[in-house]
Amino acid sequence: MGRFHHHNHAHAHDEHAHDEHAHDEHGLHEHDGVWHRHDDHDDHDDQRDVGDHTGYETGGMRVEVLEKILGENDRTAASNRAAFRAAGVRVVNVMSSPGAGKTTLLAGLFSLAHGDTRFGVIEGDIETAIDADRLAATGVAVSLVNTANGFGGECHLDAPMVRSALPRLPLDDLDVVVIENVGNLVCPAEFDVGEDARLMVFSITEGEEKPLKYPVMFRSADAIVINKMDLLPHLDFDLDAFLANVESVNPGVQLFHTSAKTGDGFGEVLAWLRGEGGDPTV
Amino acid sequence: MHELSICSSIAAIVTEHAAGRPVERVVLDVGYLRQVVPATLMYSWELIVAGTPLERAALVVNHIPAVIECRSCGTATTIELPVFRCPCGSIDTEVTAGEELLVRSLDITDITDITGRAQTSEAGT
Repeated sequence: MGRFHHHNHAHAHDEHAHDEHAHDEHGLHEHDGVWHRHDDHDDHDDQRDVGDHTGYETGGMRVEVLEKILGENDRTAASNRAAFRAAGVRVVNVMSSPGAGKTTLLAGLFSLAHGDTRFGVIEGDIETAIDADRLAATGVAVSLVNTANGFGGECHLDAPMVRSALPRLPLDDLDVVVIENVGNLVCPAEFDVGEDARLMVFSITEGEEKPLKYPVMFRSADAIVINKMDLLPHLDFDLDAFLANVESVNPGVQLFHTSAKTGDGFGEVLAWLRGEGGDPTV
Repeated sequence: MHELSICSSIAAIVTEHAAGRPVERVVLDVGYLRQVVPATLMYSWELIVAGTPLERAALVVNHIPAVIECRSCGTATTIELPVFRCPCGSIDTEVTAGEELLVRSLDITDITDITGRAQTSEAGT
């Protein structure tokens, strides 16, 4: 009959909602016997065959691919890294949940640096220039990436987004570039953007169980800032339990205790940002 | 919601390897240490491939358990919880499986079938 049909193997398409009825959800197919609407490529010619999925003995062929899904991102990250190396800048990817205090901490650190270290910032936010403006006010160079602006509202920065921010930074005139990632404990950890090191900011209002709930993020950090320490007397936060949880997912990770409100602990974090103190990742 | 990004990347890889041939099935290896939500991945895939030549390609996921190997005692342990500590007590461990995120293979629909289909298409529509 020469009829094409894609249901020629028993591989349970229904589990994945890939039977033709499910396509109706997209409004792309009618199901009155002429249910396909495929224009250019026209993979489906057989408009009379709707229901019978059995009895096809087409051969089919398996193609081994074994390609990393994020390979393209990783290649761009490598290219970013090469650009950073060439300019002689250290690059730190700062990640946290929304509201952990990244921007307050960074603004405090930049003020403390008094221009001794030339910082640049790649500011990642889904919307607004609020954080970018706040950091620019401390005198650092800021390149804003709004992920809702041409990047589909992504909840993380990836290597191409960071790449797009580079022309707006005077890399050759900088010592350290801080990438302030989108506030999110999941997605940013999955994307290499070309950084030298990853700093995670955790605030004690988030709860001691978070390392176990977001192990990939906690594990990916080269150093973790434990922020809002000034609130410790007011909270039920169990610091020892938190430290034990960190130890189980990322044994031996470098820890800093800070209060972005009071500035406590800033000196050590600033030294680490600058790559001082035998940071093995530099 | 980085599943959408992941699905865009999968579609690009599949399109390249399929080289115009109709794809029936895409098999992925996804490690337990990758933060991919299966239901979200499937939903994202439908959004990404809708109206494209990959519209009828089903996504199948091989889940790969996380395994750590101890540098002290050499034991390999499959971990169920995010505790990267060897049963011997050592924290000097290395993840040897569970971080996979790759397109393993494609199933291409039989070529002779395509020929027949094309002929039917010309005659019928």
